[in-house]
Amino acid sequence: MSKTRKPKLAVWKFASCDGCQLSLLDCEDELLTVASILEIANFAEATRTVLKGPYDLSLVEGSITTPHDAERIHQIRRMSKHLVTIGACANAGGIQALRNFRDVNEFISAVYASPEFISTLAKSTPISDHVHVDFELRGCPIDKKQLLEVVQAFLQGRKPRTPAHSVCVECKLRGTVCVMVSKGMPCLGPVTYAGCGALCPSYHRGCFGCFGPKETVNTASLAAWLASHGVSRIDRVDAFRGFSAWSDAFRKESEAQERGEGVEHA
Amino acid sequence: MRNKTIKVGYLARVEGEGGLYIRTKGGKVADVKLNIFEPPRFFEAFLRGRFMHEVPDITARICGICPVAYQMSSVHALEDALGVKVTGQLRELRRLLYCGEWIESHVLHAFFLHAPDFLGYPDAIQLSKDHPKIVESALRMKKAGNEIVRVVGGREIHPINVRVGGFYRLPKRAELAGLRETLLAVRDEARAAVLFTGTLPFPELEIDYHFVALRHESEYPFCEGRLVSNRGLDIPIREYNDHFVEIHVEHSNALHSEMRDGGAYFVGPLARYHLNHELLPASCREAAAAAGLGPTCRNPFRSITVRCVETLYAIEEAIRIIDQYQAPDAPFVEASPCAGIGHGCSEAPRGILYHRYAIDEDGRVREAKIVPPTSQNQKTIEEDLRAFVEKHPHLNDEQLTWQCEQAVRNYDPCISCATHFLRLHREEES
Repeated sequence: MSKTRKPKLAVWKFASCDGCQLSLLDCEDELLTVASILEIANFAEATRTVLKGPYDLSLVEGSITTPHDAERIHQIRRMSKHLVTIGACANAGGIQALRNFRDVNEFISAVYASPEFISTLAKSTPISDHVHVDFELRGCPIDKKQLLEVVQAFLQGRKPRTPAHSVCVECKLRGTVCVMVSKGMPCLGPVTYAGCGALCPSYHRGCFGCFGPKETVNTASLAAWLASHGVSRIDRVDAFRGFSAWSDAFRKESEAQERGEGVEHA
Repeated sequence: MRNKTIKVGYLARVEGEGGLYIRTKGGKVADVKLNIFEPPRFFEAFLRGRFMHEVPDITARICGICPVAYQMSSVHALEDALGVKVTGQLRELRRLLYCGEWIESHVLHAFFLHAPDFLGYPDAIQLSKDHPKIVESALRMKKAGNEIVRVVGGREIHPINVRVGGFYRLPKRAELAGLRETLLAVRDEARAAVLFTGTLPFPELEIDYHFVALRHESEYPFCEGRLVSNRGLDIPIREYNDHFVEIHVEHSNALHSEMRDGGAYFVGPLARYHLNHELLPASCREAAAAAGLGPTCRNPFRSITVRCVETLYAIEEAIRIIDQYQAPDAPFVEASPCAGIGHGCSEAPRGILYHRYAIDEDGRVREAKIVPPTSQNQKTIEEDLRAFVEKHPHLNDEQLTWQCEQAVRNYDPCISCATHFLRLHREEES
């Protein structure tokens, strides 16, 4: 390998909306620079060119929902020096993981007239359930500045710098008055990773958890607060059943709420 | 008997996973299939039981390229069920938001997914090495579109500001003023893009399509109007199901749509343009004419120019809206939950997007039905491929494969909405 060789970037898609990989094309000011530093070796949404692996950095969007995809992710891992998952689908199974709480066969018949034509797994699962993941970039969708930071960090051989605090902290940093305290609005800000810039509270609505559960969160306490603000049990279940419904923290809390636990702490 | 198989691998520069199968016999196409492998995600199933205010945030996740379309069709359908009408400046702001999505989506497709085909490049990055000005201009237009979505919607992908009844927060005057400057700066570039795409080499293909689009009495359509066609269809949106039917075929995870009386139809820029041509401002009609387009365009490859005409329109319409804007009293109209059934249809960049919801007295979804534009175009795409292959028997396998891919890309198919993986099998029997 010569020192002047450009690092190879590959972008892969599984079950998803394409929005996280689109974030790369949405870097209008930086795209041509990124393309001059990296070799875009495999990125079906953007190019017909397909260069063979191995790849220095693979960005993986989407969750695993079919037997074929459960195989394909292993091939991609073998071809990739670093593998970074981008977005809530790849990190936690996405909104399509709502099937995990129900009977998938009933879902198939609700949508398709001939269920026998459909090949799908009972559960939508994150990439890390199948292969080793070097870094998980959060968001639904991811933030493009964070994406550029991750790409840069891997080029420089260092750990990406992304915030480890919650949306709550971001609100304080930007001076947004707390919507839960001042208006009684339900908000997932205390338990959700920062990254969006605390967008929703600045638009007069509560956070609905796009960036997924922060590490070591107290979801039970938040659920009790929600109950004390008049949020019904079914709405408390749904609050944790969004784009990161199958993440450990949110799954356990939604199931606890479904069983009616924990409300007496309010 | 001679059998030939050509494999393309992934269909590049589309959004999603699809495959292509073409078998010819004696110069005639015996079979054409656009296979759709994109894994099903079951939105219509898991929307059941969700509260109405969650719906636009959830349906946005069907597509990262056109989330505004999903949000607009769903809020209009829910408002129809609730008996709420959003008018005046809130309606104008919704049109402004939609302008932003048309600009970013159309420019992405025209210059990053479609134009490289005509000029013989694998992608826009390679194109930019020889033609930097074209790509840099496209990036500025795309950024302007995204800027509208960010200012009005909160962020470019999966906006957070769309609400049943209107918006969560109104844009600030200073934000709109900044937007106006950005749009003025790219207006001439959009006109130049119309003229430039008119000079591209277009493969020959003219098809007598059944065009279907929304038509509004006084404006080029976004969210309102009647569903009309060039063959006499003229119905209110709520009668959609009486005239269109979804069919589940084995080779596709996206349901195919047909007219109930049989037959494929065409949705998207060419259909909108044909059915609403005189509603475009004179400046847009003049630019189209200068690029060689009449009031009707039946060559699907020329859709790139029609997308640029619509981009110019969206920029001018956005400037008009900002110039007349006066902040309304409240960011939204109150909508109390009540039982009902509602229909909504809006013009996504790729064509009509129909939603129907039944909700209960608590405002929870009982049933959801969503028909994306790419499902509606699948059958027409197959028919185009059939016509194209028969008309161009002289092309070698490599040329034919590339041009068949290009014929699919004419539709800017959003396979995530409806479908990612194109494999061309060309079997020849002689």
